[in-house]
Amino acid sequence: MASEPPPPNLDDIEQRLKKARPAAVEERTDIVDRPKAMGMAFRVSVELVSALAVSVGIGWLIDSWLGIGPWAMVVMFFFGAAAGILNVYRVVEGLGFGRWTKEPPPGDK
Amino acid sequence: MASEKAIDPLHQFEIKRLIPIKIGDLDLSFTNSSLWMVIAIAAVTVFLVVGMRRRALVPGRWQSMAEVSYEFIAGMISDNVGSAGRQYFPFIFTLFMFILFGNMLGMVPYSFTYTSHIIVTFGMAIVVFLGVTIVGFVYHGAHFLSYFVPKGVPKFMLLLMVPIEVLSYLTRPVSLSIRLFANMMAGHTMLKVFAAFTVMLGVFGIAPLAVNVALTGFEFLVAFLQAYVFTVLTCIYLNDAIHLH
Repeated sequence: MASEPPPPNLDDIEQRLKKARPAAVEERTDIVDRPKAMGMAFRVSVELVSALAVSVGIGWLIDSWLGIGPWAMVVMFFFGAAAGILNVYRVVEGLGFGRWTKEPPPGDK
Repeated sequence: MASEKAIDPLHQFEIKRLIPIKIGDLDLSFTNSSLWMVIAIAAVTVFLVVGMRRRALVPGRWQSMAEVSYEFIAGMISDNVGSAGRQYFPFIFTLFMFILFGNMLGMVPYSFTYTSHIIVTFGMAIVVFLGVTIVGFVYHGAHFLSYFVPKGVPKFMLLLMVPIEVLSYLTRPVSLSIRLFANMMAGHTMLKVFAAFTVMLGVFGIAPLAVNVALTGFEFLVAFLQAYVFTVLTCIYLNDAIHLH
């Protein structure tokens, strides 16, 4: 076979790597952050709506079971709104519903 | 062609019976949705089995992909649940691969996206919800109910807080399933609408075509992201059940 090119100088490579690294890292966080924010916005809206839907549904079931007019539904509406806001609060507070929102999971690792 | 018909972007979600099966009043037909679930499971199996066939110390392309997906979920579990979650790895890994392949196969033209049907996503979400609740009761017994009693709240406020906490807990399967289903359905509908515009506008269709190219890329991102979100929330719920407060 033909003669191979001389091996590149290691110091030279390291210099070039050092120059390239911070730029590459910056680029990556840029790409990662945007979909995360999008997903977060969507999650918040879904949390709010689904909590309301579940509670009003339960209220409606209680109503048709006991036959007490719209009252269970009305009461459950307010509970559902509170639950929805609680859910949104948990999503926004940290990443997830967990009670351990800011510190790492308790127990073993 | 499309200009003669009205735009029908929801047509792609239609369930078709491929092999009608009827037992009593139950319709157990093998539908196009079932077909794509079988394809997804076959694809996952081929991907993992063929990828790991050689078990090289220095992995090739397929083996790397199989290993990356394994390590991704293993890392997710140890980050979110800790070592107590390791025994649930098979379930969570299966869940992730099933959703991911369902979403990704849905991006193939003329295919069917089973994750765009709420009954499918709700089925998965309710399994997660019931499973996590059972895990909580197995670990803590009746003490698990203290999960619904927030700490540091005055007694009279508990009358309000406990129902709210219970409702917030009951919301989980609904929000989990709606998030996945709505994302997939909205994205695919939008793709179809813009594709129809491209055909209808003829030469001027270049603008919606450009939008559609961008949307397609975005859909791939959503397909992955939603599989990720579903799995990571499963992990977080599991952590809540195992570690309580």
